[in-house]
Amino acid sequence: MSALLDHLPELWQGLLVTLQLTVASFAGAAVAGTVITALRVSPVAVLRLLGTAYVETFQNLPLLVLLVLAFFGLPEIGIKAEPLTTAIVVIALYEAAYVAEALRSGVNAVARGQGEAARALGLTFGQSLRHVILPQALRTVVQPLGNIFIATTMNTALAGAVSVVELTTAANRVNLVEAQPIPIFVGAGLAYALIAACAGFVTGRLERRLVMVR
Amino acid sequence: MIRVRGLNKWFGDHHVLRDIDLDVDRGEVVVVIGPSGSGKSTLCRCLNRLEAAQQGEIVIDGTPAPLEGRALARLRADVGMVFQSFNLFQHKSVLDNVTLAPMKVRGVGRAEAERTARELLERVGIADQAGKLPAQLSGGQQQRAAIARALAMRPKVMLFDEPTSALDPEMVGEVLDVMTGLAADGMTMLVVTHEMGFARRAADRVVFMADGRVVEQGPPAAFFDGPQTDRARDFLAKVLTH
Repeated sequence: MSALLDHLPELWQGLLVTLQLTVASFAGAAVAGTVITALRVSPVAVLRLLGTAYVETFQNLPLLVLLVLAFFGLPEIGIKAEPLTTAIVVIALYEAAYVAEALRSGVNAVARGQGEAARALGLTFGQSLRHVILPQALRTVVQPLGNIFIATTMNTALAGAVSVVELTTAANRVNLVEAQPIPIFVGAGLAYALIAACAGFVTGRLERRLVMVR
Repeated sequence: MIRVRGLNKWFGDHHVLRDIDLDVDRGEVVVVIGPSGSGKSTLCRCLNRLEAAQQGEIVIDGTPAPLEGRALARLRADVGMVFQSFNLFQHKSVLDNVTLAPMKVRGVGRAEAERTARELLERVGIADQAGKLPAQLSGGQQQRAAIARALAMRPKVMLFDEPTSALDPEMVGEVLDVMTGLAADGMTMLVVTHEMGFARRAADRVVFMADGRVVEQGPPAAFFDGPQTDRARDFLAKVLTH
């Protein structure tokens, strides 16, 4: 137990980095995921293909591979960035594929007549999507998006592989000094569980508030 | 106002519209009737290109209907449409349903859009429901809200695709009353319906469709009292005798 308490400052610092990674990459994933969803339901075949190719690519590659590739590959082509920034961007692009799939299932759940009514009023495809389809789609996929947020939290641990000292890496470093893995990793695990529990709580509240009577 | 020439549409191998020619003059009320599967709803949906017809031309107010893109959106803004299943935006209040398109498509300011919307809701008799969500309204109220939403764009012509077919019988009247009022005010209307009473009362012309063709058309009195074709006689005998 003292192993944990003696190193609280380092672990706290790791937790802050984990939160930073989670919030920033999820925000990026939400924006990119919405754009990809728009591509996937577009009336233009080339754009649909582009959206599908994106999702297939990022869902079919392990995040760890992507992180390592970006970390070593980007400097090769002249792009230099902080490891933290690289990790945020890569995790955001990776999770965007999952956000896009959740949103697309929401779009498919919106009744056909809603889009027809919007178009019949003279709204363009983009306007129908923005004002009519997506707001309704979002309401049906609050829970899956919450799950993606939790998965994103857990996935940020992989950023340790590209020298970002987030919570798991911080715990690992403390363990190298103290050699007491059980209390140290139980402590780190509890911190992750707390983040996930908060996400679950917020999702539940949001879902009840946004529930749409049909 | 509407001119259709040689319209043909197939769903796969199924030929649903066969060489349709149809004209609707400014201020005219045309009611399209016919058995289920005769293509009358499809025809209605082709006019603002919610369905794409493979052949033929559609001219709205002198302009050939564009096939896609912003030009098509502009055309649709001038053609009001009322659906069988209302299709009110489920996540928006009745008032927001009515103001959305004027604000986003026409660029009208919120204050003016809301003023117009309240006038229209008053006109269709549901001014007191403005703040409610569609799901909190009865079917008849929802359909009247949908009519107000279409009218808010100040359309040149209104299309009604079986507007009362999804309603409980006691709510059909309130919707037909609104439509009759519109017709009396001189709105150009094309109405697909099974309501023979409305056709007889409000139509300037009745178009009878069967098997994807316009079989017969004429003034309502002449059509209902003395149909010229066997197909129309047969249809009227079935719908008017019960």
